[in-house]
Amino acid sequence: MATIAGWQKIDEACIVPALEQAGEKLDCAAGEVVLDFSSVRRVDQGVLQAMEELASVAAEKGVRVVLCGVNVHIYRVLKLMKLTSRFSFLS
Amino acid sequence: MITDEAVEERGRVSPATEGLTAERIAYLERLVSQARTAAAVFSQFTQDEVDRVVKPMVLAGLEQAQYLARLAVEETRLGVMEDKVIKNMVATEFAYHYVKDKRTVGVIREYPERNLVEVAEPIGVILSLTPITNPTSTVLFKCIMAIKTRNAVIFSPHPKAWNCCSEAVKIMLETAVKHGAPEGVFGCLESHTLQDNAYLMRHKDVALIDATGGPGAVKAAYSSGKPALGVGPGNTPVYLEKSADLSTAVVDIIISKTFDNGTICASEQTVVIDDVIYDLTLKKFAELGAHICNEKETKLLAQTVIDPQTGFMQPMAVGQKATSIARFIGLSVKPKTKLLIVPIQGVGREHPLSVEKLFPVLAVYRAKSVEEALRVCVDVNHAGGLGHTAVIFSRNDEIIRKFGEVINAGRIIINSPGSIGALGAVYNDLVPTFAFGCGTGGGNSTTDNVNIYHYLNIKRLARRTQAHMWFRVPNQIYFNLNAVENVRQFPSRSTIIVTNPALERIGHVDIVRRYIPPETHVHLSVIPDTEPETKVVSETVEALKFYKADQIIALGGGSVIDAAKIMKLKYESPEADLEELAAPFLDLRKRVVEYPTAKVNRARLIAIPTTSGTGSEVTPFAVLTDKQRRRKVTLADYSLSPDVAIVDPQFVMSMPKGLTADTGIDCLTHALEAGVSNYASPYTDSNAMQAIRMVFKYLPVAYEHPGDEEARSMMHNAACIAAMAFSNASVGVNHALAHAFGARFGIAHGRANALMLPHVIAYNAAVPTKFMPSPYQKGYVAHKKYATVADLLGLGGRTVEEKVSKLIAATEQLLDQLEFPRSIAALGISKEEFERTVPELAKTAYDDPSWRSNPRMPLMAELIELFWQAYHGRGPAEASGAPQQAG
Repeated sequence: MATIAGWQKIDEACIVPALEQAGEKLDCAAGEVVLDFSSVRRVDQGVLQAMEELASVAAEKGVRVVLCGVNVHIYRVLKLMKLTSRFSFLS
Repeated sequence: MITDEAVEERGRVSPATEGLTAERIAYLERLVSQARTAAAVFSQFTQDEVDRVVKPMVLAGLEQAQYLARLAVEETRLGVMEDKVIKNMVATEFAYHYVKDKRTVGVIREYPERNLVEVAEPIGVILSLTPITNPTSTVLFKCIMAIKTRNAVIFSPHPKAWNCCSEAVKIMLETAVKHGAPEGVFGCLESHTLQDNAYLMRHKDVALIDATGGPGAVKAAYSSGKPALGVGPGNTPVYLEKSADLSTAVVDIIISKTFDNGTICASEQTVVIDDVIYDLTLKKFAELGAHICNEKETKLLAQTVIDPQTGFMQPMAVGQKATSIARFIGLSVKPKTKLLIVPIQGVGREHPLSVEKLFPVLAVYRAKSVEEALRVCVDVNHAGGLGHTAVIFSRNDEIIRKFGEVINAGRIIINSPGSIGALGAVYNDLVPTFAFGCGTGGGNSTTDNVNIYHYLNIKRLARRTQAHMWFRVPNQIYFNLNAVENVRQFPSRSTIIVTNPALERIGHVDIVRRYIPPETHVHLSVIPDTEPETKVVSETVEALKFYKADQIIALGGGSVIDAAKIMKLKYESPEADLEELAAPFLDLRKRVVEYPTAKVNRARLIAIPTTSGTGSEVTPFAVLTDKQRRRKVTLADYSLSPDVAIVDPQFVMSMPKGLTADTGIDCLTHALEAGVSNYASPYTDSNAMQAIRMVFKYLPVAYEHPGDEEARSMMHNAACIAAMAFSNASVGVNHALAHAFGARFGIAHGRANALMLPHVIAYNAAVPTKFMPSPYQKGYVAHKKYATVADLLGLGGRTVEEKVSKLIAATEQLLDQLEFPRSIAALGISKEEFERTVPELAKTAYDDPSWRSNPRMPLMAELIELFWQAYHGRGPAEASGAPQQAG
């Protein structure tokens, strides 16, 4: 059972820096990091790119990235981008 | 678990990498990836956000219309700059006018009366091939459509129009992004090759190909295995009919054929002119700047502007001025010549100029008659222009309609220029477009003017509708002892009583005659007491005609009343074809065959039953035996229902015990099957439940004490009440089994029903192997309704399962009281014989329409199992492997 080592609230005003920050902290994460998307209403190309990069780094380091509070519109965008399989989701 | 990747793999077409370097593939992948991301982001946009992007794009297009037109002409060397400006403006302003108020995000249309809602879903990444003939206007138009529908587009312009197209894409992209659209929403292939197109057409992330271009591009799009919108080539025939406003027609044709030097594929190609106006028409053309070619000039043109090998137009002539073409081939024409007119004598390879000519050369044909003119137009239409565009100038509506019928074209333009008319929204109310769907005739998927709705997946939210139901019975039913007296209130000049010999013999006919008004002429038609035959029916219909009957009194059991129903039908509507009317149907309201409403005679039908079971006095059914063809014809229609039913128990007091039991159980089966039917409603339930209660209470009494007036009266009423229920809710699988078995072994209908009944109750109460689709019921309720019956009968039981068991036991007990044989074996039918017969019985039962309203869909194997249960006669509760009760 993984220990939840990191939890980070994502602010809609600065999603990309927050994702980058999360990426930097992956080394410290004990197997899992949780990103709270509940205040994010929409994502753009920059966010999608940052998420792809985060997913790649996390996979390399064997860290599971859990997204919580993702609204269904964003979930659909992630689906269209074929990114859902690279993250875990929590309601 | 099925993963996204697995689903994607299933729909994937193999990539076409042939002839591409790794760098080129990487470039193409970047292009697609950018578009895919943009489309994904775009899918989150609201309608307002989308509309805020569209308008500035339109304004930018209008602003740059002249600049882009100039670029296009300079680069392609085709067409007329001034006309291309108009095209660019139509592509933006007119397209905007059409789309501005249209919803393209979320719910786009609602149909409350149909419980339907349409929701828009963007397509994703569109690969768009654009032509050399209308390069910038097509790009502008498609950009506006794509933004309005939240799609991303990768443009693949014609190589000879790349600069102007990429400039148009750039203008549109910059404006769109400036106003909020996602970066990368439009991309444009750089110096592409056919291999690039092939790769993109088969790319897994390209959702749709929109190919506006030459036949090669369209064919490649359709061959890619991807959904495609392709538009075919044209060859527009024009019929200039003698009633036309000639001056307008000639100007319109010149406007159209010279517009952008004839590059629009909807432009006129061959004008078929009525003989009487031919010379005048050519004169008018000449007056307005056309050069009418003589035979030698026509031949010269045919040799130079049409490729003798392929039969298609030479590319060097496309989009060129008439004077340029003339100069090129050494033809002497006036300096301001707009159009070269070439008379032709036919259509096809022998007449090279009859094909599509995207330049200002127009063929004309002199037609001696309307028929000839239409025939030649059809020939032109089939010579490369199927599904595209056609034009007619006429004031004769009949000829216009005929033209519309015989010409296969997505756009048939009337009394206006073909090319601009086909673009839509200028001369008519067609949807504005720069892509003409040509239907299957042109190898396309649509005949529409391609528009925003082709750039959307439209999802339909279909709510369950409240199905309309009905409850129809004769509007006059008289019941209780001596109800027959009511016959006197029906005036008649000529009445025929239809009955059988036994009833005449025992004096029932005399009782009825007593109440018929004295002024009425009464005639008797005595028919055998068997299922009515066609011959007997025909004979009585002759009698009805002869006596000019206005009233039929049917006195008898189900057979006599059924016969009278059919007699009335054939008397009132002699053209009624009984074979056709007996055609099978699933839903009475959607049946293919309709019963006649026109009547040459009219007669009131009064039904007086003399048995208490069939309920034929109120039902809309009749069964007829066709002895010649050895088959039964079952008719069902509310028009067959008698007008008046008289349910008088005095006519059943003398029923023998066996008939009392048989008909009584028939009545119980009607009520039980109507009660659990998929067509059951609160209206039919009230009748069914009451009839069941009456049967359980009074049938044993009527059987044991035939002279008990109350029991007889109540059973007579119960039969009629049950019939009202099943007239509207129909019956079920019990009847299907009983019909098949009874007919094969000559067993009375009620008796056959009795053999099946306990097993069918258990069968319907169990969890169905297969549910029957029914819009009329919510959930599976048969077992609960049987439990309600048990409660009504006071049988006890705590759970639904217990109550159903008690109902089955009570039914078994009733059958025992009535001394029914309790198994098919008890009828003396050997197991071997039954075994041989069962497969055929199951097939016959399956063909019987009765089970269509059964709550559970019977499978063939289940019908066989039910037959075997009836054969052995074991109570369902004892049967091993009895199905699990529905919860």
